[in-house]
Amino acid sequence: MSAVDAPAFFLSELRLAGRRRRNQAGLAVLAAVPIIIAVAMKVAAPTGDGTSEGPHFLGSITSNGYFVALAALAVEIQLLLPIAVATVAGDSVAGEANQGTLRYLLTVPVDRTRLLAVKFAAIVVGAFVATLTVATAGLLAGWALFGAGPVTLLSGSQASVGGSLLRLLAMCAYITVCLSALGAIGLFVSTLTEQPMGATIAITIIAVTSWVLGAVPQLDWLHPYLLTNSWNAFGELLRSPIAWEPLRDGLLSAAAYMLIFLSAAWARFTTADVTS
Amino acid sequence: MTAFAVESSGLTKRFGRQVAVDAVDLAVPRGTVYGFLGPNGSGKTTTIRMLLGLIRPTDGGHALLGERMPAGAARVLPKVGALVEGPGFHPYLSGLDNLRRLDAADRTGDRRTAQARIRTALDRVGLGAAARKRYRAYSLGMRQRLALAAAILAPRDLLILDEPTNGLDPQGTREVRALIAALAAEGSTVLLSTHLLSEVEQICGHVGVMHQGRLVAQSTLADLRSEAAPRVRVTTDRPHDAARVLRELGLTDVVTGGAEAAGVLGPIAPEKVVAALVHDGVPVRGFGVVAPDLEELFVGLTGEGFDVSG
Repeated sequence: MSAVDAPAFFLSELRLAGRRRRNQAGLAVLAAVPIIIAVAMKVAAPTGDGTSEGPHFLGSITSNGYFVALAALAVEIQLLLPIAVATVAGDSVAGEANQGTLRYLLTVPVDRTRLLAVKFAAIVVGAFVATLTVATAGLLAGWALFGAGPVTLLSGSQASVGGSLLRLLAMCAYITVCLSALGAIGLFVSTLTEQPMGATIAITIIAVTSWVLGAVPQLDWLHPYLLTNSWNAFGELLRSPIAWEPLRDGLLSAAAYMLIFLSAAWARFTTADVTS
Repeated sequence: MTAFAVESSGLTKRFGRQVAVDAVDLAVPRGTVYGFLGPNGSGKTTTIRMLLGLIRPTDGGHALLGERMPAGAARVLPKVGALVEGPGFHPYLSGLDNLRRLDAADRTGDRRTAQARIRTALDRVGLGAAARKRYRAYSLGMRQRLALAAAILAPRDLLILDEPTNGLDPQGTREVRALIAALAAEGSTVLLSTHLLSEVEQICGHVGVMHQGRLVAQSTLADLRSEAAPRVRVTTDRPHDAARVLRELGLTDVVTGGAEAAGVLGPIAPEKVVAALVHDGVPVRGFGVVAPDLEELFVGLTGEGFDVSG
């Protein structure tokens, strides 16, 4: 049991996820959205006054390809990225139970806490890969159609290409943390059932419901507690100086969600009878 | 080192109000092949799941290879190979990759020998040629073989095999039996859950019989047989007269059927029975003392009913 051996199971988990056709197809869909956005903007050639309808950043796209990545993140964080996380998280424990592989992992033996840790780590990696795929596809499509160059930040100042890429990476990291909170909920849901598809649907519903409640102004007292309340704050990373407060709130909220639901998943799974 | 590879005391599992396993005291001596018998639904699989720590006993406890479970699971389970309720693998991975994954999950496994161990296991179960096929393309028999390969990925002191020949063709069944015998000869203790009595007769030295959640018998196969009461069987054209004589002699459970009368011998000497029959003028055409076979013993312990235990 050397230190080198320790991540063997984790690497096996990543390989397993990476080789699944379903996950590969999912990443292709995630990458297709920014390409569609870029092509549509190129063809439609909007006025570019920055006040057009639709999600953030769409108005700035034609001036710099960089904004395709941001627009794609803003669009996909609403539904497609949560679905991607829900798919992986819903499958994590319920999928193993459904296939009958869970009982064999546990008799290897894989300690139940270790199994949850590896599954959650894989969900976090999955969320980061998904987010990075969207950003990269957006960046490449945007640069190809609208060109690259220094980025005019939301506060008016300019950021170099390198500096703007660092900010984009930070946005992906922030979104990954937000999605990991959903992943923690998903891990818990996945320990409750042997039906991975049911778990995935339930997790997706949780994310969508949170967005919907967040859009109802009459419920503003509830908004600070919603899972998705600070997800859009990733745009704050495009200010100079960066507005840290909304980001900090988002990270704290995600940490709280993770603490609660990882504990719940642990309490449930370490005492559950595995009859699958 | 204790004398028992599996030892349980009062092992009990209740699901709600239903008692699935009721105070089972298993004792599987080291080095034996132990046949774990019982009709469908008698609690065998639930017991096996408890032994492996998959489900928690409601009451009682057990030890594997001298280690208390579930506290000692991390130490003892690497030495235990298991096949529980049929195979379970990732359908879109090959047999080889499925075994690689299980081996990667094992912290005690030596990474350097992994490749060789996986190869050996696949070859021993006869899957060497199909190792790179996707699991979803495997037949039921091949899946069962892969599950056996997973159980012998590393040297094991104890094998807990739940119906390992399920789904195999007659040839495969023979191969698996030979494999189990070979593993036992190498020193592994085998707990073999099955409902195939021929399997038990061929390879088991000890048996335990489950019925409605209880362990109703546990001993060596030879002892179980010797405890079984031999019966006399009289062939005659006057079976009712013969039955009367048998009853008068004190034989129990006397039955007649066709040209035959039979009863449980008890302490009476068989030659006395023949003498009494002849004395009463019953024409004896044939006479025999028969020990019940395993199937009759099994039915005697678990009842005739065809219904699964509720």
